[in-house]
Amino acid sequence: MTAAEAPAWLGRRVPRIEDAALLRGRGQFVGDIVRPGMLHARFVRSPVAHGRLLGLEVEAARRAPGVRGVFTAEDFRPHLTSPELAVAMPAGAIRYVVNPRVLAADEVCYAGEAVALVVADTPHAAEDAAALVRLDIELLPPALDPGSALEPGAPRARLGCADNLLARFTVAYGEVAPAFEVAPHVFRDRFHLHKGGGHSVETRGVLAEHDRVDDMLTVWSSAQMPHRNKGVICAALGRAEDRVRVVAPDVGGGFGPKFVCYPEDVAVPLAALLLGRPVRWIEDRRENFAATTAERDQLWDVEVAADAQGRLLGLRGRLLHDHGADTPYGIALPQNSATNLLGPYVLPAYRLEISVALTNKVAATPTRGAGRPQGTFVMERMLDRIADELGIERAEVRRRNLIPPLAMPYRTPLTTRDGAAMIYDSGDYPACMADALRLAGYEDFRARQKAAREAGRHIGIGLSNYVEGTSRGPFETAAISIGPSGQVVLSTGASAQGQGTATVLAQVCAGVLDMDPARITVRTGDTAAIAQGLGAFASRQGPVAGAAVLQAARLVREKALLAASHLLEAAPEDLELVNGAVRIRGIPADRLSLGQVAQVLQGMPGFPLPPGLSPGLSSSVAWQPEALSYANGTHVAEAMVDPETGRITLLRYLVVHDSGRLLNPSLAEGQILGGVVHGIGHALLEETLFDAQGVPATLGYPAYRLPSAPILPWIEIHHRETPTPLNPLGAKGVGEGGTIPAAAAIVAAVEDALRPARIRITQLPITPRRLRTLLAAA
Amino acid sequence: MKPAAFCYHAPRSLPEALAILEQHPEARPLAGGQSLMPQLNARQVTAPHLLDLNRLDGLDGIEEAEGCLRIGAMVRQAALLRSPLLRRHLPVLVEAAVLVGHVATRNRGTLGGSLCQLDPWAELPLVATLLDAELELAAPSGTRRLAFRDFAQGPGRNALRPGELLTHARFPIPAAGTRQAFVEIADRPNDPAEAAAAVSLRLGAAGEVTSAALAVCGPFPMARRLPEGEAMLLGWRPGADPRPLVSGMPLPDAADDDRAAMVRVALRRALERAMA
Repeated sequence: MTAAEAPAWLGRRVPRIEDAALLRGRGQFVGDIVRPGMLHARFVRSPVAHGRLLGLEVEAARRAPGVRGVFTAEDFRPHLTSPELAVAMPAGAIRYVVNPRVLAADEVCYAGEAVALVVADTPHAAEDAAALVRLDIELLPPALDPGSALEPGAPRARLGCADNLLARFTVAYGEVAPAFEVAPHVFRDRFHLHKGGGHSVETRGVLAEHDRVDDMLTVWSSAQMPHRNKGVICAALGRAEDRVRVVAPDVGGGFGPKFVCYPEDVAVPLAALLLGRPVRWIEDRRENFAATTAERDQLWDVEVAADAQGRLLGLRGRLLHDHGADTPYGIALPQNSATNLLGPYVLPAYRLEISVALTNKVAATPTRGAGRPQGTFVMERMLDRIADELGIERAEVRRRNLIPPLAMPYRTPLTTRDGAAMIYDSGDYPACMADALRLAGYEDFRARQKAAREAGRHIGIGLSNYVEGTSRGPFETAAISIGPSGQVVLSTGASAQGQGTATVLAQVCAGVLDMDPARITVRTGDTAAIAQGLGAFASRQGPVAGAAVLQAARLVREKALLAASHLLEAAPEDLELVNGAVRIRGIPADRLSLGQVAQVLQGMPGFPLPPGLSPGLSSSVAWQPEALSYANGTHVAEAMVDPETGRITLLRYLVVHDSGRLLNPSLAEGQILGGVVHGIGHALLEETLFDAQGVPATLGYPAYRLPSAPILPWIEIHHRETPTPLNPLGAKGVGEGGTIPAAAAIVAAVEDALRPARIRITQLPITPRRLRTLLAAA
Repeated sequence: MKPAAFCYHAPRSLPEALAILEQHPEARPLAGGQSLMPQLNARQVTAPHLLDLNRLDGLDGIEEAEGCLRIGAMVRQAALLRSPLLRRHLPVLVEAAVLVGHVATRNRGTLGGSLCQLDPWAELPLVATLLDAELELAAPSGTRRLAFRDFAQGPGRNALRPGELLTHARFPIPAAGTRQAFVEIADRPNDPAEAAAAVSLRLGAAGEVTSAALAVCGPFPMARRLPEGEAMLLGWRPGADPRPLVSGMPLPDAADDDRAAMVRVALRRALERAMA
């Protein structure tokens, strides 16, 4: 980057340009948008985990007051190109591609699966009428436990699949068996790792309106991937791409589940088309628990081999993954767990056999961390085990296994899900951990622990390292256009769920065009604003969309300078772009605003454009990252445990992370803080439960426990900045690193607090009751 | 999560409210609404008639009367925390009220609502049980008084007769020198308690316990007193280790051993705190 393009706004704590509207209550979430003549939808859902749907009686609902339409799979069938959503993601190992159905027919495969849609004048009337729909279901035995689901003769989760083995694959490299043969130390553990949902403040919501004048179907959806949703809607309804627009307006949190394109995303637009009226559906919290995808259970059975110095020789075992009833996200979740297990360590040999079980539950898809926290948990806890068994300090064991900075870029023997080599591009892992230990006062902790114990307090410390592949491709888009108004409009395929995406992208653009970011209009999440786009997943939008914006802004800048050189009759190298205007160096009075340049590039009938220039002061870029860039970090947690009650109090939490160059430290800290809190929930509280018949037992927040402010410790965040060579901004993603190592660090701290009792925590979340059980057995 | 249709009544006075209730005995009184409204929205409860008590006068005061603190049924839980009278005379009720729900729910939730709702884990019924509170129940024919122990009949079940409304609760002001404490064990502050214990002890001239009240909740259908435990405490002296005493106390009807153990922890800590 040359001095002339110095991104003056990057790295600064620029206040969010989104907040002026949001803090004044002027946000436009799906639930705020009201269209003339709008109707309200309510889904009728399966109350059972598995059954044959023998019949649906909807006549009473159709006759109910205020009802405008009741739809079943049969009613929808003539209007859909397929009864299923075309959402499958490619995966060689998958044995059954089970796309979600728009509405279930013949068989229901999880409690919460939509079977009918009622549309009425008010949400109340729709809910009244939905209660009148009678389902005739012949109960089928459900497959619930992923282990027994894979046993011969187990009840099948879907009658259309011969068994419940959705996929079996192996992640492996190196000479595993010989490593275990020669290893002086082998330790085995089994882990039952539960992870919960996304739990955004705003549930899902879809509003669809068909404009008959221009035959345009507009869908406002609280989604992370509006362009992808548009593709699914066009394919399902057989509508041309220029007759569907999907908008993700203000979105109150995504965290993964809104990546998925759901049956409701097609059913609501179809109902709007059939009724000729706008239809809005706002998911209620109980539906959010029952019908929105979430992570769930993984059972790990692993052995680790180490030499006498605690160096890793190999790791092998099995991972059993509870997948749920259909495949809206393929099998990337257990894949992430398996590949992220390596973390920042040299692991010479590795073999993990992964079995993915179909079960009669809502599909498991990524939430923040996307399977990586579980892989990290297993590796970090096995390192702690090695340390404890061999009498080596836990940090020292890590030091002996960390990838040294001189090995960067470090080519792991693994491939990522797109088949490319998994290469850690940059970072200094030992220095990062050393920073964390120093800042946490790790060396003094044993003295503090001893003093606390003498005062009757059980405190402990835990440590965890992670890497995270960020900035996933294949691309993200940005388009910048400036007209005679001088307004800069930046459109992107990125979508915003509250992260501050618009602010970060405006900062990138403002740096190149030398103007205040607040003067830039950023349009995210609207398929009408830009033709192509992906959206929010895999901690990618800052770096990937940011790089696209950087290129697009440079193109606009170059064009503006070239056009101005003709208009001001000066060489382009004598021009500079200052404060949103082009001027001749040393002669500040001779200046053209970007609006004036745009005016000229708009063309004058019959007059030529300046030589060599195409019309319009605009640019459009799709930037394609060549590989994932790997962020890393170290977390240190201090916990206090009440051995009598099993209550765990987090006393302190420290993060040192390296996410490359920070575009906006405040926003990065917001991401990390939220991520850590998500990780605290993962470690201590959050658990989605089902009853013995497979019906969700956690349908609200009294039962499903989220981390709330009173239980949070002070969370201290320190930055390291190793720019990635893979991105012109040097930035890596920062959305999930807060979550990935948290459970491992917290659980280690809890175990440490209870020494000399040797407690081995192998199940998440670690609730007081579970801890009491472990203590009673110790 | 939209409620089924209901008829909404918003009387301005107690007689008006009682008249509506006489006409619609099935009407559900709406106090703070922090339990009822979510249940209506989730359609776990349907009520054809809702009787909103929020506009009634005279039910939101706290006063001293006949050796008691007489607290209006519509006093918000948040107001319990702020009341100088309560802080002076009944700090144990304040200690308990801090643990009721969250700031936002306490701003709406009422004492009367909590006493009528009778959630098994609820803090305010536990204190009412501990202190032998007495309730004033109004009907068109007049007001009767009923001991809380006779009022609380089970989880969610109270002894209100059709047409009656709870208007006030009377908590006896403890004699000088009484030691009281409230301890709760919950996963997160403000979660429903796994176990809670409240104690009220009177000490004799030599510092020995001369009368004791113990109330616990958690693994029971509702808050309960522990008469055997109270008897065991007589003569106990502060400073003595409460552990043997507490571990020997019968806990009839506890749902499971693990939570019973938590009740004992709460009891012991409450005794220690009362005597500290």
